[in-house]
Amino acid sequence: MSAALLIEQLLNGLQLGVMLFLIAAGLTLIFGVMGLINLAHGSLYMIGAFACAAVAAATGSFWLGLAASLAAAAAAGALMEVAIIRRLYERDHLDQVLATFALILILSEGTRWLFGSFPLYLDIPPLLQGAVPLPGGGQYQLYRLAIIGVGIVVAVGLYLLISRTRLGMRIRAGESDREMIAALGVDIRTLYTVVFALGAALAGLAGAMVGALQSVQVGMGEPALILAFVVIVIGGIGSIKGALVGAILVGVVDTMGRFLLPKLLALTMPVSQANLVGAALASMLIYIVMALILALRPRGLFAGQA
Amino acid sequence: MTALSRETLVSSLLVVMLVAIPLAATMAGEPFYVTLATRIAILALAAVGLNIALGLGGLVSFGHAAFFGLGGYVAGIFATHAFNGEPLPFGFAATTSMPVIWLSAMALCGLVALPIGAISLRTSGVYFIMITLAFAQMIYYFAVSWPSYGGEDGLSIYVRNSFPGLNTAQPLPYFLLCLGVLIAGLVLFQLIKGSRFGTALEASRQNPTRLAAVGIAPFGIRLVAFVVSAMVTGLAGALFADLNRFVSPSMLSWHMSGELIVLIILGGKGRLFGPLAGAMVYVLFEYALGGITERWQFFLGLILLGVVLFARGGLLGLLAGKAHHG
Repeated sequence: MSAALLIEQLLNGLQLGVMLFLIAAGLTLIFGVMGLINLAHGSLYMIGAFACAAVAAATGSFWLGLAASLAAAAAAGALMEVAIIRRLYERDHLDQVLATFALILILSEGTRWLFGSFPLYLDIPPLLQGAVPLPGGGQYQLYRLAIIGVGIVVAVGLYLLISRTRLGMRIRAGESDREMIAALGVDIRTLYTVVFALGAALAGLAGAMVGALQSVQVGMGEPALILAFVVIVIGGIGSIKGALVGAILVGVVDTMGRFLLPKLLALTMPVSQANLVGAALASMLIYIVMALILALRPRGLFAGQA
Repeated sequence: MTALSRETLVSSLLVVMLVAIPLAATMAGEPFYVTLATRIAILALAAVGLNIALGLGGLVSFGHAAFFGLGGYVAGIFATHAFNGEPLPFGFAATTSMPVIWLSAMALCGLVALPIGAISLRTSGVYFIMITLAFAQMIYYFAVSWPSYGGEDGLSIYVRNSFPGLNTAQPLPYFLLCLGVLIAGLVLFQLIKGSRFGTALEASRQNPTRLAAVGIAPFGIRLVAFVVSAMVTGLAGALFADLNRFVSPSMLSWHMSGELIVLIILGGKGRLFGPLAGAMVYVLFEYALGGITERWQFFLGLILLGVVLFARGGLLGLLAGKAHHG
């Protein structure tokens, strides 16, 4: 096992972590501000991927597709919030789980209706094709590096948005005392819609970027959603910082586990058996990590007031 | 009083329907409807199990598919080993006798639910929902990536397991068997609800602080409820695998967990016959919509959304008025 291979796997883990952060940031923001658990967040990720693939196929431009994915996911999110989600803020979590579970059924089947059951494919834009050399030999896909870059930009942008702008101030105020900021004359309903659309747009962006790495298909949102849940539970629900740390942790642990566990086990047992046990263990690893963290800190690493 | 008797009336009607339809279908030579009714009975039993944790204890477990699937795998693994004439792992003798399989399924689910419950119950609210989901996913991915029992492809049961004195291969006897187990499950639920333990459990949902103040720690009560609930759902899983003569990781998937919650909410949360009403409506919708359109999930989603937003007491709430519990 060379150093280059190790670095490549670490970068893959980082890239997965960044994707998870984009999804988890919206999920945790929506929970932090509105107290809503949104299972349909994965569907917004799927909508972003489909919008990007469809527009890119029609116009030939990945970049137009990317813009379309942001617009489509934000619009779908805003529409969802105004039509349905708004009625759920005062309900208990059980009703929220069920209503958003119903939304998944509707959105998944609706997308299948529109686009058919066959997966769509999205090409990496020419600008980002190719690879860059890694220290210690070996090459790394430029596109994956670009995803990591986008993730860092979004993380910094979100930090600035929340800590430096008026909108961010209102979001923070909404997290700590909903009634009070409504009483101070802030239009809380619009604020909620904006927050929801923002979270949706981030998920849509993630979907569009992942679309060029794997096929775009109905059901792609659900594994991503569950990983994002693991991320925000580890990080502490409502905390963006927690989502970032949790996402990187989950991304790196999952990727490195799949890479290293079979090799480690091969030291003590035959290779074929080590691959088998290693693969099974690796697929459970992040859940084991999550259980450990919650057993020690039941409210996650960076627990908010939620 | 009138509402209560109306609930009893509606519930009795449901039970009569559940029994009468398969009997009529058998006489008419339409065994398919017997299978449909068996499916209803088994899903209702799984939901009765979940209802102990969710309805009485207010523990929204989003991971009960784990127990449903584990129960199913116990039935599948016993059948496979017995079919091949091999002993089970750890040297136990394989058998196709359902009572042994059921007890094993319940024991396994109880053993798995104990640590899951002990860790999950340290959290509450959304954290509890998500951590139970994550534990179920853990078992799901294990089943997918472990090839000995079929991995992603699942495991076929070539001959339905047997029950002493019954021909389980025939639809009607198997339906009656499942109905009997469902009734036992309903009796258990009612016994728990009426017991001192059940009262404490409901109190732990309504006001855990007050419960602790009168000297009962909520943790132990909730843990027992979670384990019992998992065991009942696991038993239903074993029956379900035998019904389909097939078990696959989809029984462990989070969609299944969602469906179990849906059954309870459709029927009416915390009510004795809520799960049965929910399972009847769900399976019949699935069947009726599936006959009309390939896109039945789309419409099921719409109906479900409508129930959550506008019919908060579920079907029994709609038909029989408000529930008489806090």
